[in-house]
Amino acid sequence: MRITVLLPGTLREKAGGESRLDVEVAEPATLGTVLDAVAERYPALERRLRDEQSGLRRYVNFYVDGEECRHRGGTATVLRAGAEVHIIPSVAGG
Amino acid sequence: MSVLLAIGTRKGLWLATSTDDRVTWEVTGPHHPMTEVYAVGIDTRRATPRLLAGVTSEHYGPSVATSDDLGATWAEPDHAPIAFPADTGESLARAWQLVPGPASEPDVVYAGTEPSALFRSADGGRTYEFVRGLWDHPHREHWTPGGGGKAIHTVLPHPTDAARVTVAMSTGGVYRTEDGGESWEASNTGIRAVHVPDPYPEYGHCVHKVARHPAAPDRLFAQVHHGVYRSDDAGETWQSIADGLPSDFGFPMVVHPNRPDVIYTFPLVADVMRFPPDGHCRVYRSEDAGTSWEALGPGLPDGYWAGVMRDAMCTDDADPAGVYFGSRTGDVYASRDDGDSWQLVAAHLPDVLSVRAARV
Repeated sequence: MRITVLLPGTLREKAGGESRLDVEVAEPATLGTVLDAVAERYPALERRLRDEQSGLRRYVNFYVDGEECRHRGGTATVLRAGAEVHIIPSVAGG
Repeated sequence: MSVLLAIGTRKGLWLATSTDDRVTWEVTGPHHPMTEVYAVGIDTRRATPRLLAGVTSEHYGPSVATSDDLGATWAEPDHAPIAFPADTGESLARAWQLVPGPASEPDVVYAGTEPSALFRSADGGRTYEFVRGLWDHPHREHWTPGGGGKAIHTVLPHPTDAARVTVAMSTGGVYRTEDGGESWEASNTGIRAVHVPDPYPEYGHCVHKVARHPAAPDRLFAQVHHGVYRSDDAGETWQSIADGLPSDFGFPMVVHPNRPDVIYTFPLVADVMRFPPDGHCRVYRSEDAGTSWEALGPGLPDGYWAGVMRDAMCTDDADPAGVYFGSRTGDVYASRDDGDSWQLVAAHLPDVLSVRAARV
């Protein structure tokens, strides 16, 4: 099934300039399996989203169909076919 | 002669270049904006020196960037250059130290990291392998974070024996290997610890920085959390050299590039009073391996209340030596005469975390 991943401007150079990725994953898909697929194509992008233990970076938010994934199950959040994952850096920094 | 001064700050890297024997400087930056640059390195073993920068984005995590054109362009590997193995359950917070290895291993670069671990690169600092021997040390579970985090902030490869490496961490103290990283021994005998009931524990010390001169590899100098020490036996034992300083507290420790008995530090009043004594910004120099000290003031300000971080002082490799430091208020000072006098190279930068300089 196909999942759409929307990238913030600061990360697009890590995805060949793309702002939107269409990711094909097997069912049942989770946010984690989508990010695994992203890692195959764009490892330089994925390592900005997750650490080496596959943990989500603290100050990167992943909105799954409009809801931040940490309210739903984090990387285990189950995605529907056609779901949209909108990646937005959180407000952080000084 | 051109000299490059790399200035790592809380929000990026600045590069200062002098082409007139360090009289004037051209400063560019920020390179890698909005990243913490705890570690910078200039690997002068190459025909064109390679710049190394440990860059950490608060959002997107840590990385190591390298440049083979003196900072005009930078490269980062697609995959994480430093990554903890899965079985550790840990992930890299940041690189605190990027250090070229000995001359006999021109492609070896070491990285000291937070959490406290050592990594070794065999490709000139682009990618790194985990040094498991130190991670597996039975003391590791007792290492705790200092105020800045639990990190290996000092890596000293022996200049002529590739099997010997000395590291220092806060807290934990000094550790040495003589077998290429397979086994490690705590090396803190004589260093006083002020933050635990036992004043002379085997390990657990809050060592702030250790330095050595390549021509005298068995002589080490350490700035500790309340203590300044010298070892004449490669770290086996330590003796205080704090007499003559206004305070035994501070962070940097730097050795002159050409005179092994000449060292520099930047004292602060105390751990609970982290200001230059009386607000006088002063570098202290010893020309006799710590037996006596003198304050170096010409060109440095009074009414100055900023500290200098452990990696924010360095020398270049010229003669006479350039000495450099950056402050937490973003001022960078340089001396082109072994520290006798100083001039401002840059001001109003973000707080300075690391500096390194070399002829290029």
